Amino acid sequence: MAESTTMLQPDVHPTAHRRPVWRDIVKARWPYLFISPFYLLFIIFGLYPTIQSLYLSFTEWKGLGPIKQVGLKNYTLLFQDHVFWQSMENGVILFFMYVPIMTFLALVLAVILNSKRVRGFRLFRTILFIPYIMNIVAAGFTFRLLLEQKYGLVNSLLGIFHIPPVPWLESMWGGRVSLCLLVIWAWLGYNMVIMLAGLQTISNELTEAAMIDGADQAQAFFYITVPMMRPVILFSVVLSTMGSFNLFGEIYTLTGGGPMNATITPIVDIFNQAFANFRLGYASAMAYVYFMIIFVLTLLQVRYFGQRVD
Amino acid sequence: MFVRRLSRTLGDVVMYALLIGVSIFMLLPFVWMLSTSLKPADEIFALPPIIISAHSSLKAYIYLLQQQVSILVNVRNTFVIAFSATIVRLFFCSLGGYGFAKFKFPGQGWLFGFLLGTMIIPGAITMVPVYIIMRNLKWIDTFWPLIIPGAANAFGIFFMRQYISSVSEEIMDAARIDGAGEFAIFWRIILPVIAPGLTSLGLIFFMGSWNDFMGPLIYLKSPQNFTLPLVIRSMIGPVGRTVYDVQMAASVISLIPLLIIFLIFQRRFLEGITAGAVKG
Repeated sequence: MAESTTMLQPDVHPTAHRRPVWRDIVKARWPYLFISPFYLLFIIFGLYPTIQSLYLSFTEWKGLGPIKQVGLKNYTLLFQDHVFWQSMENGVILFFMYVPIMTFLALVLAVILNSKRVRGFRLFRTILFIPYIMNIVAAGFTFRLLLEQKYGLVNSLLGIFHIPPVPWLESMWGGRVSLCLLVIWAWLGYNMVIMLAGLQTISNELTEAAMIDGADQAQAFFYITVPMMRPVILFSVVLSTMGSFNLFGEIYTLTGGGPMNATITPIVDIFNQAFANFRLGYASAMAYVYFMIIFVLTLLQVRYFGQRVD
Repeated sequence: MFVRRLSRTLGDVVMYALLIGVSIFMLLPFVWMLSTSLKPADEIFALPPIIISAHSSLKAYIYLLQQQVSILVNVRNTFVIAFSATIVRLFFCSLGGYGFAKFKFPGQGWLFGFLLGTMIIPGAITMVPVYIIMRNLKWIDTFWPLIIPGAANAFGIFFMRQYISSVSEEIMDAARIDGAGEFAIFWRIILPVIAPGLTSLGLIFFMGSWNDFMGPLIYLKSPQNFTLPLVIRSMIGPVGRTVYDVQMAASVISLIPLLIIFLIFQRRFLEGITAGAVKG
């Protein structure tokens, strides 16, 4: 693929250019060979499926037997599919529920660990990071056990303070809060480690100078650290945006998408349509609409945050 | 002066309170998982909760070993998939990174931009057609779908390109004068020099593959091929009938190998994770 694109260029120019470019390509056969596995695999498992999926989105197919052309039917159905729009809405709701808290907490913890005043830096960093390495299935079921309504540890502990049992997994908002707890538990350490690395690239002199001039720690944090860290914060937030629409194992193990679809995410919905209901055409249409929405959201975020970077 | 010191002490108290509070939140699920896996069934939901049972035993673990498909088979599956996926990925990603970092060739900038651009395509779009491809290849219920498609991935090539860029070219030129071929230079000179980068990236790949849930859920059908996350999931019974002690024991088993690897290679692992975020 690489060779054909570069070979096409000389056709625009006089033919005299043909020989040197061709020679360049022959000379560069080694790097082409070295990078070719990626492009080969991408054509087979990325490009072709992306096109195939677009085609399937205009069809009805159970995975076996004939493929039936249905035009825009899947898309018109999709716009009336309240579960799908609920799943999109859930992605947004979950994003606003956990991303601000998680990002802020990650930054604060990173600033604390980065200041030389804390003892046990490595121990705390390890403890905070360890949930990240636990597989989400084990984590999800452990949280389920902890949040069980009648006998779970969390409600038992709340019972000591005479707080009535909270229906963590049995109510819509309880389910969402539980999910956010699991996501924050799993991802806080990861985000903190990234912020910590970001903090280590900006010098302490600025904050120290501000403190000498009479700024307190909170002022130094909001007026110096946060603006300097904007690119790292942006990275973390953009990743979390895609993450909140893409929660899969978390949902599968903890809430199953319920109660009343309050915690279903687009990826779970698409997966179910494809591999439980075998509506392959419909699932493909969903995937395309989902992709468009995520793409626009990410672009908006980058633009919004990007503008404010000096 | 006194006020200043007081506020400093107060600040320290708040700081440590936050750190310890968050640490408890992070550790609690691990403690409860281990505790549940060792408890007799009637104490799992005891009130008040029992953390260390007087009747602790390894019976849940023994049960897992004596299953028709022993948990050791699943440990082996998970390891075989994660290990082969990691090796294959490291090879193709460092080779590709080498191609981009140390050569000039027509279309280089365009090809690299294209490579980065492919990362925005979500898995949801390719999920169904890739499944059909795997079915046509008769690869359902085999390990291949979990190893081959990601063998050369954009993130890994990007990562290795950054890493290999910093390798000195003099040593390569010296080898070239000695008549070494381009692949020999990669294999004998580049690879040993980039070992720390390979370790960082390898740990990320290994963990991703070991913990992968959706891939095995789609492709692995028979219990003797299951990976550990699938085993844990398969233990969910009807409401109130889930055998929590066994499920938590399987969870502990799935965690321990990664925990050991992480504690040994912690620095390299964190380097790998932050390199992708802060420099990119």
